[in-house]
Amino acid sequence: MEFGPIISAMRRNKVGAILIAVQMAITLAILCNALFIIEQRVALSKRPSGADEANVFIMDNQWVGNPPDVSARLQGDLAALRSLPGVQDAFATNSFPMSGGGSTEGIRLHPDQKDATALTALYFGDEHAIAGFGLKLVAGRNFNPGDVVDKLGYTDLKGPTGIIITRILADKLFPGGNAVGQSIYGAAPTGQTPIIGIVDRLQVPWISAGGWGSKFNDSSIIEPFNFISVYPYHYIVHTQPGQMSSVLQAAPKKLFDISRARVIGKTQTMSAARADAYKDDKGLVVILAVVCASLLAVTAFGIVGLTSYWVAQRRRQIGIRRALGATRNAIIQYFQTENLLIAGAGAAIGVALALSLNLWMVNAFAMQRLNTSYALIGAIVVLLLGQAAVLWPALKAASIPPALATRAA
Amino acid sequence: MLTYYFRLGLRSLRRNMVLTGLMIAAIAVGIGACMTALTVFRAMSGDPIPQKSHQLYAPQIDNWGPDKHNGGSPDRLEPQLSYTDVLGLMKARAAKRQSGMYASLQSLRPADPKQKPTKVFVRAAFTDFFPMFDVPFKYGGPWSASDDEARAAVVVLTRDMNDKLFGGANSVGKTIRLDNEPYTVSGVLDDWRLLPRFYDLAIRPFGDGDAIFMPFTRAIDRHMGNTGSTQCNGDLDAGWEGRLKSDCIWLQFWVELPTETDVQAYRAFLNNYAAEQQNLGRFHWPPHTQLRDVMQWLQYRNIVPSEVRILILVSFGFLLVCLMNAMGLMLAKIMGRAGDIGVRRALGASRRAIFAQCLIETGVVGLAGGLLGLLLTALGLWAARSLLTKEFAALAHLDWADTGIAVLLAVGATVLAGLYPTWRAAHVQPAWQLKAQ
Repeated sequence: MEFGPIISAMRRNKVGAILIAVQMAITLAILCNALFIIEQRVALSKRPSGADEANVFIMDNQWVGNPPDVSARLQGDLAALRSLPGVQDAFATNSFPMSGGGSTEGIRLHPDQKDATALTALYFGDEHAIAGFGLKLVAGRNFNPGDVVDKLGYTDLKGPTGIIITRILADKLFPGGNAVGQSIYGAAPTGQTPIIGIVDRLQVPWISAGGWGSKFNDSSIIEPFNFISVYPYHYIVHTQPGQMSSVLQAAPKKLFDISRARVIGKTQTMSAARADAYKDDKGLVVILAVVCASLLAVTAFGIVGLTSYWVAQRRRQIGIRRALGATRNAIIQYFQTENLLIAGAGAAIGVALALSLNLWMVNAFAMQRLNTSYALIGAIVVLLLGQAAVLWPALKAASIPPALATRAA
Repeated sequence: MLTYYFRLGLRSLRRNMVLTGLMIAAIAVGIGACMTALTVFRAMSGDPIPQKSHQLYAPQIDNWGPDKHNGGSPDRLEPQLSYTDVLGLMKARAAKRQSGMYASLQSLRPADPKQKPTKVFVRAAFTDFFPMFDVPFKYGGPWSASDDEARAAVVVLTRDMNDKLFGGANSVGKTIRLDNEPYTVSGVLDDWRLLPRFYDLAIRPFGDGDAIFMPFTRAIDRHMGNTGSTQCNGDLDAGWEGRLKSDCIWLQFWVELPTETDVQAYRAFLNNYAAEQQNLGRFHWPPHTQLRDVMQWLQYRNIVPSEVRILILVSFGFLLVCLMNAMGLMLAKIMGRAGDIGVRRALGASRRAIFAQCLIETGVVGLAGGLLGLLLTALGLWAARSLLTKEFAALAHLDWADTGIAVLLAVGATVLAGLYPTWRAAHVQPAWQLKAQ
């Protein structure tokens, strides 16, 4: 392919060529950063919580009028829920994965250690907590009923007799893999606490991208407490497969039968909680995808428009070339090569622009570094887009009859 | 002359419908994307209380010491205060108005015993809260300072709450039952919405919030727990008294300082207060305090989420691409008419006349693109409302200012993009064009 004539023709149309190249560069920069964000947000929203989400629902409960016997009422509710047909297990807790609210604690390995070894989320529950969430115990043992005591709200500072932690937390605290039986130190007055069991996975309540919880996503602790609170707390109910809808209807009725002096707040399946928690991430993904598609379309139409104009402008020259023996293919190739040159320049600028845009976002939004392969994939997409867009005007150019050259203008 | 150019512009646009359509579509799509993002951004980053935002300040005091701020606090300060410090600042009364505050989720028992109780956000505050934030009243007024002292069982209802409980009637003097205790209504608010609810950003700053207000002293007396964030660091004793004595931070605090002198005086006061705490042996570090007004506070708390910033960035890049696109097409269109322009120039039209004609033509394209873009913005906002959580969705509304910005942006940007093609048109050499014909 002879580049000489193409380049000299382009020099007469500098502005048009530059416009297309810069457009393609910006398109590329936005495209690969957007794809990168999409991929990250999708991965984020797919992180497992550890619970048997398809068969777990959450029901908020709050007692009215500061009743003195909340502990007994709690046990009554739990017994009723566990006896409902279709229920595998149920327990009461302060928080659950993806809820957005909960309690944290810094864990230390020695009592006089200044900075915590690991930041963790605290979940309170009794011996039904593991079955209630549908977690997998991978080492040690579950709580015994004797381990579990009442905790009177967050201001009650009594320490747990033993704790169950997640595998990721266990590996972080004790890389040797011998976490069960070891002891850790939590908040100041609670003293030494033995680790009695390890569950495979239990996500923390905070899930927003780059947010507070992203630094310790799977570092959770279950403490053997009945959470006695005059404020809203959650019942976690694990149903038999396929029984969700019937239990969802029966459970609040059953609780209101026991007592009406309560507010049953949000009742939601864990899948609904997930959809809710990640709604903005999903929204961002859809919006970015639409913007990317529109961006590609706009750029493609721009190429079609400008190339068509160039074809129209050069009708006579094309006719002359055809009359002098150039084949239709040679004409098509001319426009394709021209576009490839422009798009190649655009892609080169675009890759640089994409990487610097990402660098800026890394600083401004604590975003991750862009994988260079995204920039390369983006470059290929942009080059192919250019070739596809130029095809129609090129075909039109190829259909210009050689006879045109012989006619007077 | 202008109307003639305008007619010429329209005629020329009709001559090449495909090119014109592409140009208008490109501008419209760019404006639509940009305005959708910008509308949400403007709503999020706006001034919630423009008449007073420079007189309202949130003080911060380091009550943990320089080494104990784990992560996320580069300035070694936290956004909330401890009960001890709020009490100290309230007692000093060093500002024109001041109020400590927090939110608590309480159950509200309806008058009809058959109805189930509902949960409501109750804001515990001092009487200064209402005049300080220019809160409008429909009926009655705030409780008195002596109610604060007496820990009185009085409440102020929002208009929505009053509609719900009393069907919108004047309920001043009537009683509601909050967590099984009677409270007398002292006032009902008129419509009052802060976007964002700057005074407590921990609870849905753009969503629905406080429905009932009551004296802070009363809420503390009744052990009403905090629903927002509570952060504890260091030793604390058990129970409610332990929480109050502790250095846990869980309260918001705002002051009204009308003049710059007041602000300087309050800064000095805060430092003195911290120094005094150091002398008393409570703080083992030199005073570290800060005072920020509303807009500084929103900036500091990073209230606009990174998602919205990303969208702004992406959509302005998109607009840029669309405009360059339109510029290329305009160039093609205008240069395609070089012959016509040559004839007009030869017949005596000045460069200025050609320039004006082409500029008006571009303006018409921009106007059309802007109007279509406005439609697309409405469509984009409608999509955003269904795609995003309620909190964001509430912000996705177009107002007159947004509409104006969209049209101005479209026309301005298009004319700017059209400057080069127009300039080229004005420099068409009449002789060359006539010769080629």
